[in-house]
Amino acid sequence: MSTVARPAAPPAARPWGPIRWFKNPWRKPRVLESITWLYLAWSILPVTIAIAFSFNAGRSRSSWQGFSLRWWTQDPFDALFRSPILRAAIFQSFRLAVLTTLVAVPIGALFAIGLDRWRGRPATAANFSVLMAFVVPEIILGLALFLSFRNLIKFIPLGTVGQVIGLVTWQISYAVIIVRARMLSIGRDYEEAAMDLGASPTGAIRRVLLPLLTPALFASAAIVFADSIDDFVTVRYLSAGASSEPLSVKIYNSARASPTPAVNAAATFMLVSTFTVIALGFLAYRFATRGQRREGAVKEFVAY
Amino acid sequence: MSDTETRPTRSRREERRLARQYARQQGAWYPRWFWPSFAAPAILWMVVFFAASFYVILSVAFGTEDFFRNPLPVFQPWWWDFGTLTEQLHKIFGGVYQTVYLRTFAYVAIASVLCLLIGYPIAYFVARYGGRRKALFLVLLIMPFWISYLMRMFAWSSLLEVDGYVNDLLTFLNVLSKPYGWLEGKGITVVLGLVYGYVPYLILPLYGQLDRIDTSLLEAGRDLGASPARTFWRVTLPLSKPGILAGLIIVTLPMFGDYYTNNLLSQSPRTTMIGNLIDFTYANTGLAAQGASLVLTVAVLLIVPMVWYLRYTAKAAEAK
Repeated sequence: MSTVARPAAPPAARPWGPIRWFKNPWRKPRVLESITWLYLAWSILPVTIAIAFSFNAGRSRSSWQGFSLRWWTQDPFDALFRSPILRAAIFQSFRLAVLTTLVAVPIGALFAIGLDRWRGRPATAANFSVLMAFVVPEIILGLALFLSFRNLIKFIPLGTVGQVIGLVTWQISYAVIIVRARMLSIGRDYEEAAMDLGASPTGAIRRVLLPLLTPALFASAAIVFADSIDDFVTVRYLSAGASSEPLSVKIYNSARASPTPAVNAAATFMLVSTFTVIALGFLAYRFATRGQRREGAVKEFVAY
Repeated sequence: MSDTETRPTRSRREERRLARQYARQQGAWYPRWFWPSFAAPAILWMVVFFAASFYVILSVAFGTEDFFRNPLPVFQPWWWDFGTLTEQLHKIFGGVYQTVYLRTFAYVAIASVLCLLIGYPIAYFVARYGGRRKALFLVLLIMPFWISYLMRMFAWSSLLEVDGYVNDLLTFLNVLSKPYGWLEGKGITVVLGLVYGYVPYLILPLYGQLDRIDTSLLEAGRDLGASPARTFWRVTLPLSKPGILAGLIIVTLPMFGDYYTNNLLSQSPRTTMIGNLIDFTYANTGLAAQGASLVLTVAVLLIVPMVWYLRYTAKAAEAK
């Protein structure tokens, strides 16, 4: 190490103590490390407790009354997998997430590919407007779309169609960001090589660029899917009554009434589905990038 | 090399034509509309559903109402009536909404400063000392993103019940003599909820910025005789400024539209924020024009930070 600090501290005249330990520039960053671990515990513990309470035997969400699966499967009216309302809500959640992913990822990916090559003012403006949806507070977008479907684009019904449109409008930006980042790291070399070897421009895109983009497509599909399951703002504003409310909105509505642990079970179920999707997305990403430079696969995925 | 010498004699147009000709011979020529056509679906989507929706907001805010107080939007700008907006502005400056706006600003300011105070050490630790465990830390830091915001607030709402674990712990430690009604419209609960909800969003951009700092600059600072604290103060902190700003913006933007934290942790008019006012207009008929003009005021308020943030991320993407 070439690091030369200021003249060495005076010889150990003073005894060892916390202040000297703190002042030693080569000590391990224990304080920072414990802050980080405390933070991580703080951020994850409440959720863990909420998950545990979905297995509570009693009606309380704040005091433990023994383990049971009552709120998952057993309670004849309120259990997550028995209550017809909650089951319908689960299906609605997945329907919205699947449809949103199917629409948002292709549109976003095409946009990212086009924008990587199409330069100039109009391109910058287009990029800007797509990413704007990413930073606008959701309530603004939700209310704007609600008023729009009510007053201007009246042929679009509230409910599933309206909800998917609302979700897609801000999820496009996620797909764009992810695919764009991948486009930047791929560069144009492979495509040019393909065309040197006689591929047509469209052939080069289809046979070279798309396979290289697959990992980014998996990643964005996973993220869009997970986000759409979790959303409860846009989806609530654009729902057409109780029948088109997904699980998240049911949770939101009942959290304000007098919730039972069934709500915890519902939230846990959502969490498990999101994590599963993200994990599948990560595995697909790993599989699609196999043979490419390995280091930092996690980091790269996380960066999205 | 001789080619570069002759180049100035050609016009740019000529040059472009030759380049196109060459490219066509190589089979790599794209027509002008080729790449824009890829972007077209997204642009069309955004025009129809994003830009037009904002136009509807304007039309509703400056429009009229029918007999049943349903909004009658006016789509012609020359017939716009700015009555509702001026009414709203009067309410904001000195009227019933003033407290709500001031409260929102106070909550957002306190919460985002707390987010920064909590988030900075963590981002700094992971960026500088994460070492081989960096990936693990990043996964743990990103985990809250995949737990619904709803679930995270909802988890706190049961912990903070009068007979909840937080009160149990605090009375056990003799911090409180009797259980505290955290959920009975307390500002502190809402602020803590906001902090808990948005800290992860601040840590990641900040981490990105800190991770990009060249450690040789820090070593140089130390070599030139600065103490660790001084090196941090004079080198690390100034270099992380854009990350701090980006992190603060990315947490304040959603806080200004946040109504759910408040609804899940307080539900009291004593802690109402701007987002709650907007949400209220959705649930009640006859308030559409009011909601639209509230949305307008918030959008105007946030436009500068939003644009700044987008430019920052664009620059950061190029730097990578």
